[in-house]
Amino acid sequence: MIPASFEYVRAGTIEEAVAALREHGDEAKLLAGGHSLLPLMKLRLATPEVLVDIGRVDAMKGVCETDDGRLAIGSMTTHQDVMDDPLVREHCGVLAEVTAMVGDAQVRHRGTLGGALAHGDAASDLPAAILALDGTFTVEGPDGRREIAARDFFVDYLTTALQDDEVVVEVRVPKLDGDWGWRYEKFSRVSQAWAIVGALGLVKRTNGTIEEARVGLTHMGAVPVRASAVEDALAGNGPDAIADAAQHAADGTDAPSDLNATSAFRQHLARVLTRRALEAAAG
Amino acid sequence: MTATEAPTTGHVGQVRLRKEDARLVTGRATWTDNITPAGCLYMMVVRSPMAHATVTGVDVSVATDAPGVVAAYTGADLADAWQTSLPSVWQVTPDVKEPPHYPLTQDKVRFVGDGVAVVLATSRQAAVDAAELVDVTYDPLPAVTDVAQALKDEVLVHDDEGTNRCYSYHWDSGNVDEVFEQADVVVERRLINQRLIPTAIEPRAVVAQPEPTGGYTVFSATQIPHILRIQLAIVCGVPEHQLRVVAPDVGGGFGSKLNIYAEEALALALAQKLGQPIKWTETRSEGYQATIHGRDHIQDLAIAATSDGRIVGFKADIKADLGAYLQLVTTGTPMLGAFMYPAIYKLEAHDLTITGVFTTKTPTDAYRGAGRPEATFAIERMVDELAAELGMDPMEVRRKSWIAHEEFPYDTITGLTYDSGNYEAATDKAMALFGYDELRREQQQRRDDGDTTQLGIGISTFTEMCGLAPSRALGSLNYRAGGWEHATIRMLPTGKIQVITGTSPHGQGHVTSWSQIAADALGLPYEDVEVLHGDTAISHKGMDTYGSRSLAIGGYAVHEAAQKVIAKAKRFAAHLLEASEDDIEFADGTFSVRGSPDAAKTIQDIALAVFAAHDYPEDMEPALDAEATIDPENFSFPHGTHLCAAEVDTETGRVTIRRYVAVDDVGKVINPQIVEGQVHGGIAQGVGQALYEEAVYDADGNLTTGSLLDYHVPSAADLPAFETDRTETPATSNPLGVKGVGEAGTIASTPAVVNAVVDALRPMGVTDVRMPTSPQHVWEAIEAAQGGAA
Amino acid sequence: MTNVQITVDGTTYEDEVEPRLLLVQYLRDVLGKTGTNIGCDTSNCGACTVHLDGRSVKSCTVLAVQADGATVDTIEGLASTDGAGGDGDATAGWHPLQRAFHTEHGLQCGYCTPGMIMAAADLLRENPDPSEEEVRHGLEGNLCRCTGYVNIVKAVRTAAAELRGEEVGA
Repeated sequence: MIPASFEYVRAGTIEEAVAALREHGDEAKLLAGGHSLLPLMKLRLATPEVLVDIGRVDAMKGVCETDDGRLAIGSMTTHQDVMDDPLVREHCGVLAEVTAMVGDAQVRHRGTLGGALAHGDAASDLPAAILALDGTFTVEGPDGRREIAARDFFVDYLTTALQDDEVVVEVRVPKLDGDWGWRYEKFSRVSQAWAIVGALGLVKRTNGTIEEARVGLTHMGAVPVRASAVEDALAGNGPDAIADAAQHAADGTDAPSDLNATSAFRQHLARVLTRRALEAAAG
Repeated sequence: MTATEAPTTGHVGQVRLRKEDARLVTGRATWTDNITPAGCLYMMVVRSPMAHATVTGVDVSVATDAPGVVAAYTGADLADAWQTSLPSVWQVTPDVKEPPHYPLTQDKVRFVGDGVAVVLATSRQAAVDAAELVDVTYDPLPAVTDVAQALKDEVLVHDDEGTNRCYSYHWDSGNVDEVFEQADVVVERRLINQRLIPTAIEPRAVVAQPEPTGGYTVFSATQIPHILRIQLAIVCGVPEHQLRVVAPDVGGGFGSKLNIYAEEALALALAQKLGQPIKWTETRSEGYQATIHGRDHIQDLAIAATSDGRIVGFKADIKADLGAYLQLVTTGTPMLGAFMYPAIYKLEAHDLTITGVFTTKTPTDAYRGAGRPEATFAIERMVDELAAELGMDPMEVRRKSWIAHEEFPYDTITGLTYDSGNYEAATDKAMALFGYDELRREQQQRRDDGDTTQLGIGISTFTEMCGLAPSRALGSLNYRAGGWEHATIRMLPTGKIQVITGTSPHGQGHVTSWSQIAADALGLPYEDVEVLHGDTAISHKGMDTYGSRSLAIGGYAVHEAAQKVIAKAKRFAAHLLEASEDDIEFADGTFSVRGSPDAAKTIQDIALAVFAAHDYPEDMEPALDAEATIDPENFSFPHGTHLCAAEVDTETGRVTIRRYVAVDDVGKVINPQIVEGQVHGGIAQGVGQALYEEAVYDADGNLTTGSLLDYHVPSAADLPAFETDRTETPATSNPLGVKGVGEAGTIASTPAVVNAVVDALRPMGVTDVRMPTSPQHVWEAIEAAQGGAA
Repeated sequence: MTNVQITVDGTTYEDEVEPRLLLVQYLRDVLGKTGTNIGCDTSNCGACTVHLDGRSVKSCTVLAVQADGATVDTIEGLASTDGAGGDGDATAGWHPLQRAFHTEHGLQCGYCTPGMIMAAADLLRENPDPSEEEVRHGLEGNLCRCTGYVNIVKAVRTAAAELRGEEVGA
């Protein structure tokens, strides 16, 4: 219940945050909303020596449209603010819908988009959504900014492509132009628990056919994954192809076994939930 | 003057909003952790990370030197602090193994969480930091994590006992072999009643402080301040009269605070040793290891019946995982269910074996229902299995076999006398409310349609024995205490009263209900009654709150004390009114002379006159105060019919309760709102067992459901609105006609839900789903039934 | 140690705190405001729910230093008076949620109640007329072990009606 002692550094700007990370190296952890890190620290499963609080960096909050026609969401934007943001709701409603299923109300008031993503937990709902959206991460380090595609960002269990001295500044997602439908099928033991499996179906519909389908899966491996076999099988087909295509949802995954589900059951769930998500998304 | 109804106080049976609420809804309660005496030291227990190991060394020297640390002790350092082992109160068999259990272990650790050392520091933070500096070395031994393995006795939890078998108990009645041989149908099943963690939302906490005048005060988040005082006095060697125990506001218990815990003894012993106040508050994850668990029975069952569905016999072979040590009622918890396997049915034969087994897990003890949920689950699940075997409606089987209303009082095959009940009335009401036939039609439709979401209907026509307990009955079972309860009524000069009860509420609303009882009995305004409890300096005598006992015994004691006050007041009234006592009538708080209604004294008049004491009978003391100690003549037997309609998604295994109807008969009720609340909460915990909760250990004896992240306590979003109603068949064993209600919902609901789940899946060949009926377990059951490999 | 200035229930406090001090421990152990409870160590139970700059949060998952400069509202500041009551009404000045939890018997042991009420207050601010389903979902981050939630849900909807200015009860 009581974290081990640490030094607290409050960053006022991105540059200060990067400088602090550079100074302290891997002894430092970034503190955003704290809803991934503090629970670990309370159980002393994480004992960073320095916490760099980036929760007050205003430049990392809010949503804007980028020159290349995408949405840039500041990484310190809380889940609640993402859900409520008019731009997100208008152009990327799927993200609002998935975000609304993260944690519980109190967690969404405090937890941030960037914090949840940078934690790299495959049981978290948002990584699969950003992956399915082909989102990107704008990160800033001592050498300036770089952009990392979501498919390259999630490396392993609780491990991302972020360097020790880098900060996720914003997350960019496309505007969903055209007739898109979506559904996130989150399957958990109790309402506030982490997903046993989550399946996000995102479908662009054209004249009764599926022009493009994307499937992001939560907790089907060490990292969030796309069910590419399902996506490939659906492109250009009608919704009646979904049932067969969804049978391939677990192909190539490495689903873990834990208290709530065996690997085999997770694979089964992935197939069922993918079918349901896509049918709802295509409907 | 027209005839008017006599004015009636009439609080009993009515909703009265709780007197307890004001401080609770405004954040002004006094929880134990809110109490921080000046100079208080924070205690942290260093716990074993291993399930089973020889302790080869405990070095507290580094911890002792850490900032803020005042002292640190090993088990050996404190060995002399204990006059005796922590208590186990129920010698269930003459040869039960009762291995010693000290607050800190010295030789071996026997479960993850077993205490090996203790650190005292001036802040919580320093105590936690220092605990990490205690260096304990272990020589690992194999964990013993299931009863079958334990019973091989290859690895012993308590070496000196020579066996892991704590006790074996066998009991049969009727001609078991003949009844089973001659039965048309016998159905056998193995059911698992999984291990649960009670999870009262307030974690345990204790503060022990020396008093300047000598002696000690112990504040504890406990259900049992009186029992705790006696036992701590014995364990720590403090004279009982110098030990005051206070249960301040206590945030739920459900049995988890019905114990004498190591930390309570440690806090008192260290307050003795250091002469300073000692405070300890568990964290949730710590509590999941160090506070008792419940259930954990493997049940091998057989039910025998005639071909037309009359139940004639029941056999149960129970293996109970007791965990590593005996806590207060560890041995007896399975025994509390022993009488209830026959439930509401008229059996000709009954056969029960209970084997209590030590393992390297957290000790089990009484969790809400304590033995009776396990027994009720066994019989109610088996009745449904029998009905399926016979192709009969499960309610029809019950109707053919239960005790009819006109047969009460009924002597059961297990030697109990059920004083009253009306299973027909409760069932008829529940069936009508539920719309049983309509739901059966919908179920058939879904089956015919091959719907992926199937509908199941589950029944539980339960009864239970509570109101613990007639002292002689406890004595005959070698339970080392009585079951009486005490109440005192103090009459204040202005006619207000203080009721002092030996019960120790922690959410049950005794202050409100006892006020209703006392106000009605004495004809006083409800507002003029104050109820005091939970402090041995005020309530010197009591047996506390557990086992749905408080109203049927403690409420009865309040009523009885009030009758004694009235009897005294009547004599004073006769004296003051210059009438014969035989001519004094008492109604609605007024004593009047029969035939002369103007000659009257209110109870307040008498209270004042007695206080003045200027004029009172020669042979009386000038006092109206009275006390009553009630030893119940029988247990209390609430019953009811619970019906559950559950939808099962056969693709994902997800169970969703669509409707839940409960008609309970708890006899007369004092406050229907409080009774309904008890039923709601009870059902929720039973549903928790059926659908969500399980304490899981891995093969190394680690508790893998070690926090609320993994132990799934349902939230509002995971439960339906329960629909409740009542029938009212008064108990005959107390003048209030009341029965217990605290555990009824929990006992009833688990089989109702699981029966519904199995009923939904039965056409797929499923005959059981292991609890909790999680998606994984439902899916496994379907796969197994359909020949797949789950 | 780090200096923090936090306004709790209308009073501004300034303290030197260890950075690792949780907001709930600051409230309870430093300020002595023990109305806010701790029920778990994994951010699940919600007993510690307070409002941080107007939004419900779990104060066991916020460092006191993170709340520097912020406004914190707890159960202790929810009633407009101390509840000692004018006109003999013990509930005078209570927030409609406090009153509704009392009248609907939405609490038993009362340990989860402060957090439950604070979570519900924010829920009603966002959704003044929630359905039963919305209340249940909106309170998914708060655990109660006594009530089975039936009367909590009733209480929240009763309070919602009162806050909307509708006639409550009869």
